[in-house]
Amino acid sequence: MSQDNHTHESHTKKIWIVFGILSIVTIVEVYLGIIRPDFLVMNDFVSMNLLNWVFIILTLYKAYKITWAFMHMDGEKASLRWAVVATVIFLVLYLLFILLVEGNYIYEIFKNSTIKWNF
Amino acid sequence: MGATVTTANKTENTWGGGNEPMGASYGKLMMWFFIVSDALTFSGFLAAYGFSRFKFIDNWPIADEVFTHFPFLHGVEAPMYYVALMTFILIFSSVTMVLAVDAGHQMKQRKVAFYMLLTIIGGLIFVGSQAWEWKNFITGEHGAVETKGGSILQFVNKEGERVKLADFAATLHEDRTQHKSSNGVWFDEESALPTYSVAEVQAGFKAHPDLLIRTEKIYRDTEEDRANTGLEKGLNVNKKREILNRAESERMLANATLVVEGANLTRNEYGSKLFADFFFFITGFHGFHVFSGVIINIIIFFNVLLGTYEKRRSYEMVEKVGLYWHFVDLVWVFVFTFFYLV
Repeated sequence: MSQDNHTHESHTKKIWIVFGILSIVTIVEVYLGIIRPDFLVMNDFVSMNLLNWVFIILTLYKAYKITWAFMHMDGEKASLRWAVVATVIFLVLYLLFILLVEGNYIYEIFKNSTIKWNF
Repeated sequence: MGATVTTANKTENTWGGGNEPMGASYGKLMMWFFIVSDALTFSGFLAAYGFSRFKFIDNWPIADEVFTHFPFLHGVEAPMYYVALMTFILIFSSVTMVLAVDAGHQMKQRKVAFYMLLTIIGGLIFVGSQAWEWKNFITGEHGAVETKGGSILQFVNKEGERVKLADFAATLHEDRTQHKSSNGVWFDEESALPTYSVAEVQAGFKAHPDLLIRTEKIYRDTEEDRANTGLEKGLNVNKKREILNRAESERMLANATLVVEGANLTRNEYGSKLFADFFFFITGFHGFHVFSGVIINIIIFFNVLLGTYEKRRSYEMVEKVGLYWHFVDLVWVFVFTFFYLV
């Protein structure tokens, strides 16, 4: 392959550093998941409590680190990077948008109207 | 396949053929595209989970209360610790996989084999752990009853702590046995009966005046919730499930039709029927991917030992399989967040 025509130096140091980062982020997530500090749980930002925002942002950061460093995406050509990342992000965001909007609609129906079951 | 050498064709069009337009070999590119499609499949499942949870957000079980087991620590409530350990194990196996790929780039056969072996072991530990979690989930812990309307009632003592059915259900002499096609009416058959019958639970509840019922509904501390006279004063906390007072509890228990112990695809003792259904489906689908990943890793591991990639002068197969393994880890990171944390 065109990448292997030159000698490879070892990337082990970088790999262990990323492992360290992922471990720390996971520990923070689990710690917050067990403790559930009130000031994060009871306060909302755009209809979701802050603790959930923290979890989702940390998870996205972990996903970015795994994809970039472990799956070697940082070494790939930009066209491949975009073909994979842009597709997934766009479609997932679109899917989430539809489901959250429709889910909210159905929740409101159950809460505010006379239909109580099997909607 | 992995070793077909294509020379970068600089004189012709990038897309003219005989070329690697995106800089990756055919096999690696197809692995990436497969990962994209599988990622979208899992996103579909997780979005469906989010939708259902959003629809029943007032009744959804709280993960901290369901996943409390830790191996060898019987009776200890250890919320989230074991699933955190599982996440670590999978991340660590991802690390050993990257180290294997890295060793492959340097053509160090024994190092590749060693790290692949560690990855396989990590994967097997993860699948075993998931199976253990399933076992605990299916067996259940406290037990509950289901009402005519399909909601789950759990039991607490007057401090608000969970109480098991075994701790208070009475033993009545009853003749109800499991219908099998050999002895059932009209050759009817059913699955095994629960340990206690509804009558036994109701009798036990009556005999223990300190017990209260905890419903599926989550207390939100709104005006409406505070004015609700059916709730037990002093025990209801914001974002925790509602605890009814004794009179209301007895009224609700009169509606009970089934004793529910543990979980299956149609009902579970933790709350909403969909909760167990989604849990089994999504973690099962993911577990299936981990398992297939382990099998593929074993095959490639043997190929490494046999020197197949030395002959090919390239360890790219290890890299491709590594991509799949990292994808499996990536999915778990998301499943972990949305099932256990959020």
